[in-house]
Amino acid sequence: MSCWETVQAYGLRSLGIGERLLPRNDFTLCDQFTLIGSGMIWNVYFGFFALISGFVFATALGFAKAQPSPWVRKPAEWFIFIFRGSPLFIQFFFGYFLFLSLKSVHPFFDAFTSAWLGALVVLFFNTSAYSAEIFYGALQSIPKGDTEAADAYGMSGWPRFKRIIWPTMLRLAWPAYTNEAIFLFHATTLVFFTGFPALQQRGDALYYASYFADKTFNPFVPYPILAMYFILLTLVIIGVFGAINRRLNRHLPQDQIRKIRLRPNLIR
Amino acid sequence: MCRPYPSQKTPDQGCLPQGHSAIFACTDPETLSGLSWLTCYLTTGKHLAFYGAFGTVLLLLAITAPAAMAFGFGGAMAARSRILPVSWLGRGYIAVVRGVPDIAFFLFFVIALDQGIEYLRHKIKCPDWTEPLRQGSDFIVCQAAKMPLGNSPQWVHESYGFSLAVLTFAIVFGAFAANVLYGAMRAVPRAQLETAEAYGMSPRQTFWRVLVPQMWVYALPGLGNLWMVLIKATPLLFLLGVEDIVYWARELGGAKTPRFTDYPHPDWRMWYFLALLVFYLCFTRVSEIVLDRVMRKLTRGQATSGGEAQRKALT
Repeated sequence: MSCWETVQAYGLRSLGIGERLLPRNDFTLCDQFTLIGSGMIWNVYFGFFALISGFVFATALGFAKAQPSPWVRKPAEWFIFIFRGSPLFIQFFFGYFLFLSLKSVHPFFDAFTSAWLGALVVLFFNTSAYSAEIFYGALQSIPKGDTEAADAYGMSGWPRFKRIIWPTMLRLAWPAYTNEAIFLFHATTLVFFTGFPALQQRGDALYYASYFADKTFNPFVPYPILAMYFILLTLVIIGVFGAINRRLNRHLPQDQIRKIRLRPNLIR
Repeated sequence: MCRPYPSQKTPDQGCLPQGHSAIFACTDPETLSGLSWLTCYLTTGKHLAFYGAFGTVLLLLAITAPAAMAFGFGGAMAARSRILPVSWLGRGYIAVVRGVPDIAFFLFFVIALDQGIEYLRHKIKCPDWTEPLRQGSDFIVCQAAKMPLGNSPQWVHESYGFSLAVLTFAIVFGAFAANVLYGAMRAVPRAQLETAEAYGMSPRQTFWRVLVPQMWVYALPGLGNLWMVLIKATPLLFLLGVEDIVYWARELGGAKTPRFTDYPHPDWRMWYFLALLVFYLCFTRVSEIVLDRVMRKLTRGQATSGGEAQRKALT
């Protein structure tokens, strides 16, 4: 099989399109590149949708945590504590078995036991909690002068939030939020190693990489390929988030703009 | 093996079923109900192994934390080195581990370390072996180089697997620690080092007597964070093939029929993982409180913004 034929056969294998049987012997480099790349579709899918939906919820949570009323603040604090204080690995397991039990109660939960929705929900909650903590921290460090200026202009309620508080919070939180996004994409590799089954061997990039490592007893080819894909993905994220960062800071003098710095400490 | 009932005077009346705690009368689970059933259920041999697995997790943490610190210190020293290749090595180590999903590293290192060890032993023990090591999809070394040896007892296999896991954890978290320590070393005010040089200290003396004692204040927040991360990474032991709490929770929670066990129950894996979730929450919360206290003690009287805030709060 030429390499192009392999790409045609396995390029969308992770979605169940194309050749059904995975290669069983005589693995070529092309096989490994194609299948692991095909698995990246899932990583991007999970990361992208969890990030978008998590962003909205995290904003709400971050503001809820900053409220003086304990009826609003306490639930937000507990939510953030639970999802930041326990390992994502255990959360995936718990979520899967929870959905499994709910499935026997009501058929509505059928879809939640498969990875495309169930794992997405868990990731959504997890990234919401982490981002909410970042947003909360940014809210606390909004310069006092900004809010005082808003008050002086007679702004209150929605306009004050929309035009002053929210943009400033985003601007301050953005470097940390970029890191959160990068590690969210890294965390998507856990999905198929927890309870969630990879039906008909439709897995993510790490699933295929470990498949090859198991079959060939040679970890020195598939894992570096996986690493290469993830470094590329990380560079794309840094590019996109850097552009947004520049846009959020476009009104500031050049030397005041916070640089995005990669920080390593986030395994969930 | 036969253990008599605790209440019996003569041993010939029968014996406890294997693997049961002798404290409770759990001989006939079918007659039990409610709380006593639960007490008996939670003290079966497998459950005791499950509780022991929490010890495995704590042991892993106790060994890995210093090991990762050692790797981190080495990495940070290498990254600061004035010899260019060594410095590249240190920086490369930090950068590569940071850029790739950690779980990929865990899966990679366990196989790679195993094969590396077997390869070295193969080279030493069987120098006259001519066949290639990789034949198709197999990695073949001579019998004497197998690690652990095929005829060694079970505990050797288990502790070999565990030490591979520890080494893997130490390598991955060493890179994180190296990053923190490297940053801390650079945060020490330059004037301190210049003063040391002015006193005629050699670079080695400057490093050990001036830089290292001062860097800990700067490193502590990062290291505390790293400790929390390390706690939350311990369930990954399951992926490395160690029989840890995740393994047992899956085993014990699965639905059991009366044919195979005295304690039949439906699928309870959800509750087992809920228990693990609570365990980790408590663990991280306690660590958080302890780290806060340590940090407050250490910042007292330091010329940092934290120390300054403490001073102001007192007056």
